[in-house]
Amino acid sequence: MEPVTSATPTPDLRVRIGGLTLRNPVCTASGTFGYGREFASLVDLNRLGAIIVKGISLLPRPGNPPPRIFETACGMLNAIGLENVGVERFISEKLPWLRQVTTPVIVNILGDSIDDYARLAGRLATVEGISALEVNISCPNVKKGGVAFGTVPEMAAAVTTAVRQATALPVIVKLSPNVTDITVIARAVADAGADGLSLINTLLGMAIDVRTRRPRLANVVGGLSGPAIKPVALRMVWQVAKVVSIPVIGIGGITTSEDALEFLVAGATAIQVGTANFYQPTATEEIVDGLTAYLQERELTSIGQVIGSLQVD
Amino acid sequence: MSEFQEKSPVLTREQLTADVVRLTLHCPRIAAAAKPGQFVMVRAGETLDPLLRRPFSIHKVTAEGGLAVLFKVIGKGTRLLATAAPGSSLDVIGPLGRGFYPDKTGPHCLIGGGMGIAPLYFLAHQLLAAGSSHANPPVLLGAQTQAELMLLAQEFTELGYPVLTATDDGSLGHQGFVTDLLDALLTEVRQVYVCGPLPMMRTVAAKCRGAGVACQVSLETHMACGLGACLGCTFPASSGGYRHVCKDGPVFSAEEVAWSR
Ligand SMILES: Cc1cc2nc3c(=O)[nH]c(=O)nc-3n(C[C@H](O)[C@H](O)[C@H](O)COP(=O)(O)OP(=O)(O)OC[C@H]3O[C@@H](n4cnc5c(N)ncnc54)[C@H](O)[C@@H]3O)c2cc1C
Ligand SMILES: Cc1cc2nc3c(=O)[nH]c(=O)nc-3n(C[C@H](O)[C@H](O)[C@H](O)COP(=O)(O)O)c2cc1C
Ligand code: FES
Repeated sequence: MEPVTSATPTPDLRVRIGGLTLRNPVCTASGTFGYGREFASLVDLNRLGAIIVKGISLLPRPGNPPPRIFETACGMLNAIGLENVGVERFISEKLPWLRQVTTPVIVNILGDSIDDYARLAGRLATVEGISALEVNISCPNVKKGGVAFGTVPEMAAAVTTAVRQATALPVIVKLSPNVTDITVIARAVADAGADGLSLINTLLGMAIDVRTRRPRLANVVGGLSGPAIKPVALRMVWQVAKVVSIPVIGIGGITTSEDALEFLVAGATAIQVGTANFYQPTATEEIVDGLTAYLQERELTSIGQVIGSLQVD
Repeated sequence: MSEFQEKSPVLTREQLTADVVRLTLHCPRIAAAAKPGQFVMVRAGETLDPLLRRPFSIHKVTAEGGLAVLFKVIGKGTRLLATAAPGSSLDVIGPLGRGFYPDKTGPHCLIGGGMGIAPLYFLAHQLLAAGSSHANPPVLLGAQTQAELMLLAQEFTELGYPVLTATDDGSLGHQGFVTDLLDALLTEVRQVYVCGPLPMMRTVAAKCRGAGVACQVSLETHMACGLGACLGCTFPASSGGYRHVCKDGPVFSAEEVAWSR
């Protein structure tokens, strides 16, 4: 890194998602950062753009039987099964501690039915210390035979509408990559009133122990995350950012500021760091520093000058 | 409870057998806070494959900020770590998890199988430092071969503990399971601490339960974070539901574990 002279102004890293302003575009991905507190002794939480907490459901969920995780080449599979403490315990046990952190808290919500999502959004609508909702639509719709909400445009739109009507908070809808054309879902959700889109959730994958001929995960299949999925995520972010006018948050394998910049250049307004929190807990802070240095080296004053700046011949 | 991330120079590297290595790292903040039974998450190299940190029990700590891990090479992460040379550094997070609860009220027995011996040395050391008497029953150590056990058994002896050994091939001590050695001791002890392969811990837990002896077990699961964030490290609890090995453990009362599930 070049030495920064005192004459170099600190660039403006602020970005806006709906009505929410983030001090910088670097957020933590749901399910990879617990409820924030787990990382408090290793990471300065007040330097982050936003903290997105573990997905919350109406009732507590025990999650899947073990084994739940397995490392693969440059990535990992997980089938946690959306284990969480449920919305009431989240509000009473997890949120109070988070209120002392100056960083906006975004609550990731999940449900089995459209009604679940609406009730969750309603319950969280007036709770102090929540800056936005992120709606995980990769979950199965129990009433529709377990088809994931995020794979059918009408269902994705219906969830978005229900949440939109239940809260005044900014609504970010998190898209599943396990679809044929993600831009169709993205448009449906944007048209239904989402303030932002985040993508991608994990890619469905699998691994087998050939000695025992058994799956590595008790759930047989699981979600692939980490650097292995970055090119796929980047491609999807680029495709989606071109067709919607609301902010897109890029997620998938981001470890370094260069990774983050790729997503910003492709059109993402902000990014989330997921699996990297596990192997490099300070990745988020390093990305913030790296973004600042990148702008200063190029004498750019604002991160906005980078977002969507991809040059294609 | 607070954990630290330290860039830790490798102080010494000892090759105990063809595939067992002991590294002593300089990570003063982690070493100063460490308790027996806790573990560290170590990054094996700086590339993205292997990706996740590897969990290792804290084997020893020194007053000078040294922390030793003892491990067997089983896959790509441990293979890389085994090549860490003095002068190089490893990225370490710790101390993590809830360690052993040191019960000083009566005679105790430590049982280690394979690399499960690692945390027991730190525990033995602390129990002695805390004034637990030398009149304890032997430490029981089991491994596949003599080579793995020789130096470790000697180190427990030097601490002042009698040691009984068992090897699969009979090359040192009893031929067979280390758990076979427990039966004769159960009437003398109040507390058993065990770390080793799951079937061995299951056997020890059952024997202790039968004899009404308290038993603490140290469990292993795959881990992504070690911090209680990923929720990947679960095992079924006897009371229903799951526990997280990295946060609720890795040491548990044997009664908390649903051994049959
Ligand atoms: C709390 C705790 C303490 C441990 N202490 C020790 C110790 O002191 N000495 C020692 O030799 N080993 C110890 N282990 C096991 C050690 O973590 C694994 O042997 C090591 O992670 C294997 O990594 P690898 O890349 O060589 O193997 P690979 O099989 O290539 O690893 C692939 C993935 O599986 C995981 N994995 C494989 N085997 C195990 C296992 N038995 N337990 C947990 N994760 C595993 C790896 O971490 C990695 O994520 C401990 C495990 C835990 C959970
Ligand atoms: C262990 C684990 C748990 C996750 N839990 C959730 C969750 O509860 N809700 C959610 O929307 N996404 C969840 N995700 C997906 C991540 O938020 C992220 O979208 C995905 O991992 C891709 O980013 P990455 O490659 O940076 O990890 C989880 C991912 C992992 C690895
Ligand atoms: S290893 Fe991540 S929660 Fe235990």
